[in-house]
Amino acid sequence: MKWLFSNDAPIYTQLIQQIKVGIVSGAFPPGERLPSVRDLATEAGVNPNTMQRALMELERDGLVYTQRTAGRFVTEDKNMIEQAKRSLAERHLKTFLTAMLRLGFQREEIIDLLRQESGEEGMTHVDSGV
Amino acid sequence: MSILECKDLCKNYGRVPALDQVSFTVEPGRIVGLLGPNGSGKTTLIKLANGLLTPSSGEILVCGMAPGKESHACVSYLPERTAIPTWMSARQLLDFYEDFYADFRRDAAEEMLAHLNIQAGQRIKQMSKGTREKVQLIMVMSRAAKLYLLDEPIGGVDPATRDYILSTIIGNYNPEAAVVISTHLISDVEKVLDEVIFINQGRMVLQSSVDQIREEKGMSVDELFREVFRC
Repeated sequence: MKWLFSNDAPIYTQLIQQIKVGIVSGAFPPGERLPSVRDLATEAGVNPNTMQRALMELERDGLVYTQRTAGRFVTEDKNMIEQAKRSLAERHLKTFLTAMLRLGFQREEIIDLLRQESGEEGMTHVDSGV
Repeated sequence: MSILECKDLCKNYGRVPALDQVSFTVEPGRIVGLLGPNGSGKTTLIKLANGLLTPSSGEILVCGMAPGKESHACVSYLPERTAIPTWMSARQLLDFYEDFYADFRRDAAEEMLAHLNIQAGQRIKQMSKGTREKVQLIMVMSRAAKLYLLDEPIGGVDPATRDYILSTIIGNYNPEAAVVISTHLISDVEKVLDEVIFINQGRMVLQSSVDQIREEKGMSVDELFREVFRC
């Protein structure tokens, strides 16, 4: 998994987003054990306390859970993962719409453009991280 | 108990003040960036924590003790310049550290050296500058110390070596110990830090967590540094 960080947001919120993407995309499959905090922190090149904080937030949201001695696991609840997927998509859409409206497009035009674009490109998978 | 504590710490070199009324604490489990422009007092502060300098006034405590024989046993120090004996081989260096420091984890050091494909028989002299810096960092991080004082660990090495050094620091993280990293290469270390301390002209300007700065100011520590220390 590739970890990318921007300058304008806290690191732990960016970690949360990227781990969510990992879960939704199947890089961290449902029910699977997550690597240890130290390994994840080393892989992402971040402070272990920051990684810990991100995982605790994800745990609070129910996307991951701790089994007392065995470590942290991804939820097996497919609905919850589907929900996370949806909310990530909504964020992308919001950013996209804001940018398009700023360029002066009307909603109908945007929908037309999207249809054209996705028809031509056959819905290629674009990975933009967040 | 705090790992490092400064109370109204002052250090003058003759009439020139190098540190002026610096007060802060570093708690266990924290990786702290000591950030400031050249000549701001970073190295002076680290040398005071090591007992290589004595305060002009005020107090500095390491694990609750004034720097001295007992505190040296719990401090692992990476000086600005390479200070390992260059005539030694890697193996001799391991023996030396093992003799010298009761808390030296030889197996950890050997594992890290093997990871870099460094032959035990190779002399430090024969190694490139970047490799020497890596070896020195490995020695420093292989001690089970309470306080790691790293003075400019990533200055003067290439970006790949920088990444290696930072991931070694993360990989050796210990919740009971603290790490203080002095540097001005902020964008490289920012993600590794819990907290930052800004010092300028011997005075402390700010102590804050990295994510608090990002949350409150909407900018990275690097950007904030550029703003605070604009020339």
